Amino acid sequence: MGNDAVFRVDGLRKSFGHIEVLGGVSLELHAGEITVLMGANGAGKSTLVKIISGVYDHAGGTMSLAGHDFAPNTPAEAIRAGVVTVHQNINDGVVADLDVATNLTLDRLSGKGASLLFKPGRVRREARAVADRMGLAIDLRARVSDLSLADRQMVAIARAMAHQPKVLILDEPTSSLSSAEADRLFSLLDRLREQGVAILYISHRMSDIRRLADRIVSMRDGVISGVFDTKPLDYEGAVNAMLGRKIHLDRIEARNSAKPILTIEGLRIAPSARPISLTLGDGEVVAVTGLVGVGKTALAETLFGLRKPLAGTMALNGKPYAPASTGEAIAAGVFLVAKDRGENGIVGGFNIQENISLPFHKRMSRFAVLKRGLERATARRQIEDLGIVCRSEKDEMTTLSGGNQQKVMVARWMAQDARLFILDEPFQGVDISARRDIAAKLRASANGRATLLFVTELDEALETADRILVMSEQTIVGEHRNADVDLDRLLAEVAGGQLHSAA
Amino acid sequence: MTLRDYAIRYGFIVLLFGLIAYFAIAADGFVSPQSAVFIFQSVAITGVLALGVTATLVVGGFDLSIGSVATSAMMAAAYVMVVLEQNVVVAVVVCLLIGAIVGLINGWLIVYMRVPDLLATLGMMFLLVGLQRIPTEGRSIATGMTMPDGSVANGKFADAFLALGRHRFDFFIPNLIPVSVVVLIVLAVLIWFFLEYTRFGRMMYAVGSNERAAELAGAPVKAYKIWAYVISGVFASIGGILLAARLGRGDIASGNNLLLDAVAAALIGYAVLGAAKPNAFGTAVGALFVGILLQGLTMMNAPYYTQDFVKGVVLVVALVFTFALSGRGRR
Repeated sequence: MGNDAVFRVDGLRKSFGHIEVLGGVSLELHAGEITVLMGANGAGKSTLVKIISGVYDHAGGTMSLAGHDFAPNTPAEAIRAGVVTVHQNINDGVVADLDVATNLTLDRLSGKGASLLFKPGRVRREARAVADRMGLAIDLRARVSDLSLADRQMVAIARAMAHQPKVLILDEPTSSLSSAEADRLFSLLDRLREQGVAILYISHRMSDIRRLADRIVSMRDGVISGVFDTKPLDYEGAVNAMLGRKIHLDRIEARNSAKPILTIEGLRIAPSARPISLTLGDGEVVAVTGLVGVGKTALAETLFGLRKPLAGTMALNGKPYAPASTGEAIAAGVFLVAKDRGENGIVGGFNIQENISLPFHKRMSRFAVLKRGLERATARRQIEDLGIVCRSEKDEMTTLSGGNQQKVMVARWMAQDARLFILDEPFQGVDISARRDIAAKLRASANGRATLLFVTELDEALETADRILVMSEQTIVGEHRNADVDLDRLLAEVAGGQLHSAA
Repeated sequence: MTLRDYAIRYGFIVLLFGLIAYFAIAADGFVSPQSAVFIFQSVAITGVLALGVTATLVVGGFDLSIGSVATSAMMAAAYVMVVLEQNVVVAVVVCLLIGAIVGLINGWLIVYMRVPDLLATLGMMFLLVGLQRIPTEGRSIATGMTMPDGSVANGKFADAFLALGRHRFDFFIPNLIPVSVVVLIVLAVLIWFFLEYTRFGRMMYAVGSNERAAELAGAPVKAYKIWAYVISGVFASIGGILLAARLGRGDIASGNNLLLDAVAAALIGYAVLGAAKPNAFGTAVGALFVGILLQGLTMMNAPYYTQDFVKGVVLVVALVFTFALSGRGRR
């Protein structure tokens, strides 16, 4: 550390149309160091990465790699020069239908000097060498489509490392990994750091950052707003530099509710799971937390009529509730903001207005003809209400940042009054300021309904909920009122211990 | 808007008017009410089919069976009237039922049997091409034909049925507008209104763009998809009725070009006004475009075999407009 930078970016500029996305970014990466790049959505991180990796060209500034000029015109050029990027979308880095060995050696199948024939034996030998160097313990003959997300991620990184790059860039690599899976990624990164690779790591997750960072660089509005490299690292300073305002964990005024809205009795969502019983009250915001894969989404989908429970009953406002379809759930006033908005929420061909009105066509039409005026007025009201940053309600969804896209998803379901409002991972891929806006809106409008959030991140639960439920092994194992929470007990429940303290 | 935006938005309309202007100068008699009506008449049947296939494109599917549904309906109409000696109402109802049933089967194959749309409807196309020839052992149907068992078919096409193909309404000039053109215009307005202004049409677009999101918004996605194929089948059978009425016989050799022409019209429709998605107005303009092109080429004595080539070129250019220039495409 402290040695000269392997990779240097100086005064980089980029505009799309007349919107300046990067206004002179300078950055240094050192060998054997992990530099974390933090920035709210829309700060210009992705643009910077795409310029470095040769996807976009840049309007001004210079880049140099090991003292030589570096100006890749294509991603392939960047890789050949020794700058390798693993993009956010894991499936961009691997070919799902091929086996692991072929994926690891994919880049040798083409280009100069590649053999005309596909030789399985040689491919496997080379793949084995790559895997060993990376400490990758995956069956090389397995098809990538059969692997877990974490394993795919490992394959994508190992494939990138097969080029023996000097610089490795990772764009939010843990956004779809569970914490156990993330741990495996971290030990891999430790190994790469020891091998002297300069790593640029982009993330929102504080836990990742605390675990990995040697240096932190904060970005805001297309410029570097802070560099932190003296130990111990000033994490709060980095967050402040990124947001440009002092953030502090708002203390939640935990509310109690007397009037029950949803009652669940003996609900079983998996064959061997213990039954779930719980009550959600009017005006209450309840967060269900737990690791990935413990049944949070399954519970959300059961409440929303996407799956049938194996046993148990539900009652909404005292009346039996057993939705056979999403349509029935919506008609009963149960709304779900599904996780992964790109996959489950956004209709790409629709603009903001049409995305917002999607579930409520029936209530917005007369004789099946949509009332366009009402649709527009609703969209405008919701944009105003949630502070969605856009030019007009006719904007395409792709022009919005991740945080604003998520606000549209929430706005969609807040356009009508819910009895039970469920949000599954509503803060995924959302910057901190948008997350705060959404959470504040949820709390401010909570009266008249029960609100149920499913979140993996404990911070998100602590920031938004009156009550926190912990899920493990497809059932609820703990309950905490969000006032002086016993964090040790809560974490133990999340980790699967202390089952005797179940609710 | 930049020049590029204008090109994407109005490029095809400009091309259409340019084409009309060119033929007006180059081909004598191209600009006349009769010529215009002839163009409309020539695109009426493919236009109806194209409007139907637009519905399946909207839900993100595709229907390759429309051409064979139309010819099956034509053969069925002839069989019902000539061999079974039934009246016009029975013939029309049988045709519409065939279209609806084929649509239901297509939808069922795609939604419940999980056969990819192109393959399911391709299979259905081959099935129907064979099926429509079985009752007459491969012969065309006309009054006085000899049946496989040696008897003679004595029924004939009802006058009311033939009127669907031959009657012309007065419109400023006597005997100007054929029934088929009226049918085309009515169906085009209906499907345009349905897709653009009703909640069902809107949800069909949602299903086509993100099926999962539509389901999570409470839409019965499977039903929407099946209905799209039923619409497509029924429209194709209406096209078949018009074809039978125009020919006055059940001709096994006709209707070969219906699929290509209809699909071309619907896909050209993507490029009209920069929509970059299937839409009824675009489909109608696309059908008109193909019709004008062919009529103009015919009047300039271009050989028949150049016409398919020209259609193909236009289709490819339109697809470039849609997918490359507007940079949207389907996601």
